[in-house]
Order: sequence, then structure tokens, then C-alpha cells
Amino acid sequence: MLLELARINKRFGAVVVADEVDLAVADGEALGIIGANGAGKTSLFNLVAGVLKPDSGVVRLDGHDITGLTARARCKAGIGRTFQVPRPFESLSVFENLLVAAQFGGGDHRGEADECAEVLRHTGLLGKANGIAGKLTLLDRKRLELARALATRPRLLLLDEIAGGLTEAECGELVALIREINGEGVSIIWIEHIVHALFSVVSRLVVLEFGRKIAEGVPAEVMARPEVRRSYLGIEEEVA
Amino acid sequence: MSLLNPLIQGVLLGGLYALYAAGLSLIFGVMRLVNLAHGDFIVLAAYLMLACVTALALPAWVALLIAMPFMFALGWALQRLILNRTLKNDLLVPLLVTFGLSIIIQNGLLLAFSADSRRLTVGELEIASWTFGDISIGVVPLITFIVAVLVILGLTFLFYRTRLGRILRATADSTEIVQIMGIDPRHVFAIAMGLSFVVIAVAAFFMGVRANFDPAAGPSRLLYAFEAVVIGGLGSFWGTLIGGTILGVAQTVGAAINPEWQQLAGHVVFLAVILARPRGLLARA
Repeated sequence: MLLELARINKRFGAVVVADEVDLAVADGEALGIIGANGAGKTSLFNLVAGVLKPDSGVVRLDGHDITGLTARARCKAGIGRTFQVPRPFESLSVFENLLVAAQFGGGDHRGEADECAEVLRHTGLLGKANGIAGKLTLLDRKRLELARALATRPRLLLLDEIAGGLTEAECGELVALIREINGEGVSIIWIEHIVHALFSVVSRLVVLEFGRKIAEGVPAEVMARPEVRRSYLGIEEEVA
Repeated sequence: MSLLNPLIQGVLLGGLYALYAAGLSLIFGVMRLVNLAHGDFIVLAAYLMLACVTALALPAWVALLIAMPFMFALGWALQRLILNRTLKNDLLVPLLVTFGLSIIIQNGLLLAFSADSRRLTVGELEIASWTFGDISIGVVPLITFIVAVLVILGLTFLFYRTRLGRILRATADSTEIVQIMGIDPRHVFAIAMGLSFVVIAVAAFFMGVRANFDPAAGPSRLLYAFEAVVIGGLGSFWGTLIGGTILGVAQTVGAAINPEWQQLAGHVVFLAVILARPRGLLARA
């Protein structure tokens, strides 16, 4: 297993964001996570990325216990992530954003720049490489978010609602890109409300409710379960 | 009375103010920290060079070369050991800590060097000048101005053309995100403070060569630096040169009209700019 979470618990006062969560992601796998707002999805990412430390439980990468590692060390170990609200370095150019992300890996500078240019081409941002990141459109900010995560050369990519707020066409473009990235061997955990986008990429789905994992399995099968319909779809219908 | 001479003298004086301001602006730009001991560190660096000159009988410019790496190390250590601990979310803590440092430095210098005013000497050069009609351009003020431009060019190159500069700017944008990129902001801040202290050493050299200084001279250097930064625009290096120049010109032109107006004219121009352009003339942030 590339990533393993074993009996992870985390609470903030009375709010439980992770309740005995077990999770495993195999090399090259794409896993989807859904759940209503407040189900603990983003907190789970923070626990994986090392921004939050669990109250109890173990996080393993490649079988090594990384529970005590900082976010920085986990990035170096191969965990990349995107944020729900894109957070580029606003005053840097698009290309510089990638260079900053790429440079901790060391190696020669020329190779680094070429690699970043390749990621930009891949993500469709090459034409905007010298634009200031703070001035990008939402789709491009999302692309940059993805590109910057890729520039850290992750083996596991955490995508947090990256399709949210995009038009149908934009969403399709992004999905194709994510599928391509996964096809190149990068494992993915993707939190997403836009279910059809999610299902066109992931092969396994986990449903969270109040920090608990209430279902796991093949997406279509999981979505058919009554407890999932109640917990997730019920709320979605109310919102819609 | 011709205003051309005070105008030129003011521009040249502005070079010195820009040197005071560049280090302060650098630190504010990278970590949003206002170092209230900035002026006192300039004076400390000047005494350090004075000690080298008197104890080791070195020329002042050699003392500057010695002081630069020493000041880098001092700035780096100051940031790692003290200031990084003050940078949480409360702006007041770093202000109080640097204010405390200011008092400690002033009193320490008073103990070590007495209250006598001192200066750094560079021999004949100090009084050398070129005269054109009724305008006289001092060699040292001219060199100061040229060095200020070079320092600002250097900092601009460092910040916008190098790998380190990219990290400094990214860290200024978000200390949280750079950590996810594998960068330690505490280390980046320490390097920034070290760089600021190298600029402080350069500023201290020209301050000491151009005028007398004493242990209490720090706060007024801070004030000029601060005014130059605010006039020019927070976080902009060229802004510090423009701000320093405007401040210098205001002072010399003010003094030419009435000698008592030198300081006042500078402060009035500062206030006028704040009212008209609260973010400064070349604001970046």
C-alpha cells in the first residue's frame, strides 16, 4: 500500500473530524471521497498532508510511519496537494510558482526549469507562464493549483474539490487532465461534490459522515446503499 | 537664491536615506516585520567598524568588508533565536521586542563607547569635491548615492532574478503554502534578516563617513528610513530610493529657505505624501 491510515482520530473540542478512520490507497489507484459539508473531508487531507496531527492513529507511506513528520517532510516524501480555494503565490508569475514548488528536490536548475515547462504544457498553462498568478481566471487558478502540486513530483496527489465552480466544459478538460496524471502512475485521492466528474476517474469511493467512514467500495455500488443516499444525497437534494 | 545646489545635495543625501531604508523595506516586504531597532543596528555596525579601525588600525573600507559577513551572521542569528519566535499573528510582539532591542543596543553602546560622538575616516576623500560654478559635489556623497543605486539594483536582481529571491517572494506571499512546498520559512526569514544586516553595514559605513554618530543616533536613522520607505511605497526597493531622494531634497531645500526648517520640511513632505498616497508612490503590496 502506498498510503495507509490506521484508526485515525481527531477532534476539535466537541467536533469530531476523524473517528477511527481506516483508509488505504494502492500504488497508482484513484480513490474518491464524498461526504456532506462538515463530514471531515478536508480535515482528512490535512491529516494526510501533515498540516494536522491526529489525536491517535497512524499514517503510513510505503509502510513507513510518517505520523510524526511535518507537512514539509511529507511533501518531500511524495505527498502533493491542491486546495479547495486555489492559493497560488499571488505576486509571482505562473512559472515562478512552479519553480518554487519544484526546487526543494535539488538537482540541476536547468532540468528543473524544463520539468516545470513540461508541467505547464501538460496543464495548458504554457501560454500564461509569465502572467502574474494573482490575475488568473478560476479555471487557470485551478490548473495552476494542480500544476504546482505536480511540480513537487508527488506519488500521491490530494485533490480538494478541484472541479468546483467550473463550467461543464472546463470541468471536462480538468477531468481529462486528472485521468492522464493518474494514468502516468500518480495515485490520487479526490474529494469532490461533482459526482459525475469524480466517477469518471476514481475506481473506489469512500463516504464520510461526521468524521466516520460509513461506506467504501465500487462507486456505483456505494451510491446505491441506503445509508449513503440518506447521508449524502439527502443533503444534496436539500441544498439543490 | 538658486535652488539647484540644495536640490543636488538633497538627491545625494537621499542616497544615504535610501541605504537606511532598503534594509528596513526588505524585512517588511518579506515578513511584515517593522524592526524598530533598525537604526540602532546601523549605529551598532558603525561602532563595529570603528572598533576595527581603532583596534586593528585598518582602513575604514576594510572594516566594512569585515563587518558585512559579521552583520549577516548577526542578523541571521537574531532572526533564528529571537524574532522568529515573535512572528505569530500579533503585530505588537515584534514591535515590542525590537523596541526592547533598541534600548539594549543604545545602552550597551553607551557603556562600551561612551556618549562621545565619533566618525569613520577615509582620509582626503572626505573633503574632496568637484565644483561647477556655485555648485559643489562632494565625492563621498556622490559615492554614497552610486552605492545606494547599486545596492538597490543588487537587491532587485536578487529578488526577481534568482532562486533565493523566488523563495523570498513566495514566503512573503504565504508562509503556510511554502511549507507544503518543502520550504522552511524560519530559515528563509533568517536569510532575509542577514541580507538586511549586510545593507545595514553598508548604510552604517556611509553614515559614519559622512557625519558624526553617537550611541543615541539610532532612532533618528530609523525615522528617516521609515519615512523613505513609506513615501516610496512599502515593499518596493526602487521606492526606497525615490522616497529617500524626496526626503533628502525636502530637507536640503527646506534648510536653504530657512536653516531651522530642515527637519520640519522632511516631515511635512512625508505627511503630505501619506495624505495623498497612503500606500506610497510605488506601492507593491
